[in-house]
Amino acid sequence: MTALLEVERASTYYGQFRALSDVGLDVQEGETVAVVGANGAGKSTLLRTITGLLRPASGTVRFEGRDIADVPAYQRVSLGIAMVPEGRKLFPSLSVEENLMLGGYRARPGPWNLARVYELFPLLASRRKQRSVTLSGGEQQAVAIGRALMCNPRLLLLDEVSLGLAPVLVRQLYGALPEVQAGGTTILLVEQDVRQAMAVADRVYCLLEGRCVLQGPAADLTFEQVRQAYFGGAR
Amino acid sequence: MSWVNTVLQGILLGGYYALFAAGLSLMFGVMRLVNLAHGDLAVLAAFGSVVLVDQLHMNPWETLIVVVPLMAVLGYALQRYLLNLTVGATPLPSILVTFGLSIIIANTLLQVFSADTRGLQAGAISTASIQLGDGLAVGTFDIVVFAVAIAVLSGLQLMLTRTTTGRLMRACSDDRQTASLMGINERHVYALATAIALATVAVAGIFEGMSTQFTATSGPMYLIFAFEAVVIGGLGSIWGTLAGGIVLGVAQTIGGQINSADQILAGHLVFLAVLAFRPRGLFSRAAVA
Repeated sequence: MTALLEVERASTYYGQFRALSDVGLDVQEGETVAVVGANGAGKSTLLRTITGLLRPASGTVRFEGRDIADVPAYQRVSLGIAMVPEGRKLFPSLSVEENLMLGGYRARPGPWNLARVYELFPLLASRRKQRSVTLSGGEQQAVAIGRALMCNPRLLLLDEVSLGLAPVLVRQLYGALPEVQAGGTTILLVEQDVRQAMAVADRVYCLLEGRCVLQGPAADLTFEQVRQAYFGGAR
Repeated sequence: MSWVNTVLQGILLGGYYALFAAGLSLMFGVMRLVNLAHGDLAVLAAFGSVVLVDQLHMNPWETLIVVVPLMAVLGYALQRYLLNLTVGATPLPSILVTFGLSIIIANTLLQVFSADTRGLQAGAISTASIQLGDGLAVGTFDIVVFAVAIAVLSGLQLMLTRTTTGRLMRACSDDRQTASLMGINERHVYALATAIALATVAVAGIFEGMSTQFTATSGPMYLIFAFEAVVIGGLGSIWGTLAGGIVLGVAQTIGGQINSADQILAGHLVFLAVLAFRPRGLFSRAAVA
């Protein structure tokens, strides 16, 4: 069976700096995969390489078996790849609802629409006319997730959903993920919070300084193993 | 009484400036691009109208129907295949390229149409006026231009706030990268913005041609007034642009009333004063927030 997403020996640079070195990763349809690692380990770079915001210097990214090197970032949405970027990146001059509507600009057919997003995050319904910058961090993150869902993605990339949020909010946001998966969306998430990541993921990859140093089913890995890989303690 | 008249004429003059400035304001607002060829493109449109009047004996009003869409198409192509290459981290490349474009357009027009002064005959309306009593009178044509300016700016504002295209433009203006994650092709969105901007500049150029005379090298002066209106009103603010045009127009007519040689100077002084004391402009969003 072809993997939904397959990254093969990808290396990505920022100028001279090699942020990703020969990283390989695959995501099967329906599973939840987490990528953990410290700040600067290359997690966001990996997601940006998958969405096409960055081009790998070498290696391939395949989506549903097809090499998507030549597909520009804005066309990958139509393939079914959506991202919740780190720091949420809502459009400040747009209202909550306008942000969500933009997410559905290139929507594929599927279960998600404005009404469903408001059902998933009821708080947002009362905020629909507000400018997105006036919302709390947790509400903004909910908008960012809703915005990505609006295009009915096959693969949802979540970049540091928990960043800067209170634990109770993080639980609420992660609590929404099963419903997302029920709608037929596969999730690849990036987290600094290892416990959170291991709790929701089927499989975990651990990046250290741009390399993949550990991978395996979340159930088979101990927190201690991941922690070692996370900090590079084995050296 | 003459002061009331002066201010009234200044407000109407502001309509012309706002009409010129609308496209400049839109392009800056959406892609932070300062189009130095703006005035020359207005002159190009006016000459397009002249050709249609001379060759096909059209009425200048009818030429709007032909020239405005043509300028929009030109704008789309110009942005898509040239100016998009200059949009980036710094505004310098776009300034250099549009400056070059300005020179190319002006000199091509000089080659083709010579340095003669041209004009467009608007018909009886150009000499008609409306009496407001007490010796006050305003030109009917000026009223029409002012109304068109308000219509164009309202249209732009509605487009930006109420339509999908407008949302795409605001999103690209906020954050190009994240916009591309939504499936938005910023190159197309930018090209649409320039197409709309050049449509408005065509309207401005033809109206200016009907109101007064112009030459192949009139562009830079149009640009300066449009630019001053945009800066006075606040960069990227559509309603600020109308206010900026009016402030500039009133400053000029008051200056002219004090000493007829100082009309243009007074406008520049107000512009400099705004730059010095309210560099974000009188009505910019940032100044309000």
